[in-house]
Amino acid sequence: MKVNPHNKSIDELKEVAAQVRRDIVRMVHAVNSGHPGGSLGCTDYFVSLYFKVMNYSTDFKMNGEGEDLFFLSNGHISPVFYSTLARAGFFDPKELATFRKLNSRLQGHPATEEGLPGIRVASGSLGQGLSVAIGAAQAKKLNKDNSLVYVLMGDGELQEGQVWEATMYAGGKKVDNLIATIDRNGQQIDGSTKEVMPLGDLRAKFEAFGWHVMEANGNSFETLLPALDQAKAATGKGKPVMILMDTEMGYGVDFMMGSHKWHGVAPNDEQLEIALQQLAVNEAADY
Amino acid sequence: MKEYKYTEKKDTRSGFGAGLLELGRTNPNVVALCADLVGSLKMGDFIKENPERFFQIGIAEANMMGIAAGLTIGGKIPFTGTFANFSTGRVYDQIRQSIAYSGKNVKICASHAGLTLGEDGATHQILEDIGMMKMLPHMTVINPCDYNQTKAATIAIADYEGPVYLRFGRPVIPIFTDPNQKFEIGKAWMVNEGTDVSIFATGHMVWKAILAGHILAEKGISAEIINIHTIKPLDEEAILKSVAKTKCVVSAEEHNRLGGLGDSIAQVLVKNTPLPMEYVAVNDSFGESGTPEELMEKYGLSENDIVDAAQRAISRKQA
Ligand SMILES: Cc1ncc(C[n+]2csc(CCOP(=O)(O)OP(=O)(O)O)c2C)c(N)n1
Ligand SMILES: [Mg+2]
Repeated sequence: MKVNPHNKSIDELKEVAAQVRRDIVRMVHAVNSGHPGGSLGCTDYFVSLYFKVMNYSTDFKMNGEGEDLFFLSNGHISPVFYSTLARAGFFDPKELATFRKLNSRLQGHPATEEGLPGIRVASGSLGQGLSVAIGAAQAKKLNKDNSLVYVLMGDGELQEGQVWEATMYAGGKKVDNLIATIDRNGQQIDGSTKEVMPLGDLRAKFEAFGWHVMEANGNSFETLLPALDQAKAATGKGKPVMILMDTEMGYGVDFMMGSHKWHGVAPNDEQLEIALQQLAVNEAADY
Repeated sequence: MKEYKYTEKKDTRSGFGAGLLELGRTNPNVVALCADLVGSLKMGDFIKENPERFFQIGIAEANMMGIAAGLTIGGKIPFTGTFANFSTGRVYDQIRQSIAYSGKNVKICASHAGLTLGEDGATHQILEDIGMMKMLPHMTVINPCDYNQTKAATIAIADYEGPVYLRFGRPVIPIFTDPNQKFEIGKAWMVNEGTDVSIFATGHMVWKAILAGHILAEKGISAEIINIHTIKPLDEEAILKSVAKTKCVVSAEEHNRLGGLGDSIAQVLVKNTPLPMEYVAVNDSFGESGTPEELMEKYGLSENDIVDAAQRAISRKQA
């Protein structure tokens, strides 16, 4: 049985999160492309999983036997995924400098083709990750492997029909070794989710599909960590677990918060400086 | 012309069912998924013996492809089953991202391909699936010709690591290949050696090519008939060896003329040895309702169409 290789305290997690946020803004700035908004909003979630909650080994094996697995369905927030994997020890953080560049393992959206450790499936075309996570969870059951499968989706992503096929399946077939999380930032590309396509009462919807539903503030370790613990405790009881996680797009950089505008726009030189000032941490640890 | 006798007719989908049943007994990693078409895909025997290794997904093909991709991560070898239309066009992006680009060991098993699905009509008769699947990097594309070959192919693809599209059909057709054959992915099968024209056929068109070969023989024409059961990777060596002798080509497939086996062969010819070539294929149209035989006749896929194409190809040869 694997353990979390870092098992950090809340103060340490906050430091890691600031470092990951610095990586994110620097990565997208360097290539003037990529998705900082959702990446910054989900940083505390990623850092919680990889530095505290999930049990895994950084010696990456595709089959992840005996390990908790994580799938990123909303692949556009690859910067936070890559930075977290690097900081957690899957590969050298220096490689973050190759993000979105030619011949890089850090493709615009996560991919397995180049063999980046920590990635188990390609994502980017939205709506597919929950199905893949369900398959991985079913394989764990067949293998009598009682570790867990995690998957993150965007809230706009819920507009994809396949998500609801998978939601019906996981509830109906009692896939209870699965913890899904929605990044409920209320934003997508063309505006707020309310404007683009109202999502309605998500708690009621997932409950109606047979899920155990929880809600959590995704930008506070003080509330997110206990929620993730409760989610773990809720597995194995005949229901898949859903965390409706409220986040703020762009969290940590004041001018990126509160709007959909930073979904997929890189900061310019000046904006980068301001952002890095707000994310003060040990600069020497920058990649 | 070599004689191929048959004592029995069966559908190729039953060959798939028999192959899957055998895999259930021999390979504990094989699992099966279906989207509410267990009977049509002949998966019942596998399910009876291995209920814990079967996943009924319901009518949700996109979800089925994603779950199959996920199952491979835990070391399973998933065989998905639904109609060819819903195995490809319906879920192209899921296959592209979660299976092909992700290099997942999923076997996409597709029944009721082509016109011979019959009365259900064009909504169900996909004629574009070979094209879509062969364009995907990493994908292997196989279209066997009878019950025995489909069974052998089903068993063989479990031992191959990587995504496979296995295409088969609904109608009962003669069983004329060896029940004990060893299926080799990417290796064409010589059905009949000849000297005047090379006929490269796949799927249900292989039997029609044999019928055509007899008609051509009566006219004094010696047809070389080769079964291209694997469209990708294509056996270029077998094709080039044959055309070096015959100097003209006919391709035969139950698929759109655009993007199918014929186009793959034409590419080989253009690159290596440009030669006259005729297509026997559906001429860029949808199908319609009718009996399989009526449809094959109307859309130009009968043995007589192969005969005509062979004569046209021969007449275009340089003197
Ligand atoms: C199938 C598909 N359609 C469209 C897109 C383009 N796209 C990328 S991100 C995005 C918005 C996603 O919204 P959400 O899931 O809420 O993510 P957030 O903007 O909050 O990061 C869209 C439409 C896509 N990647 N995939
Ligand atoms: Mg959103």
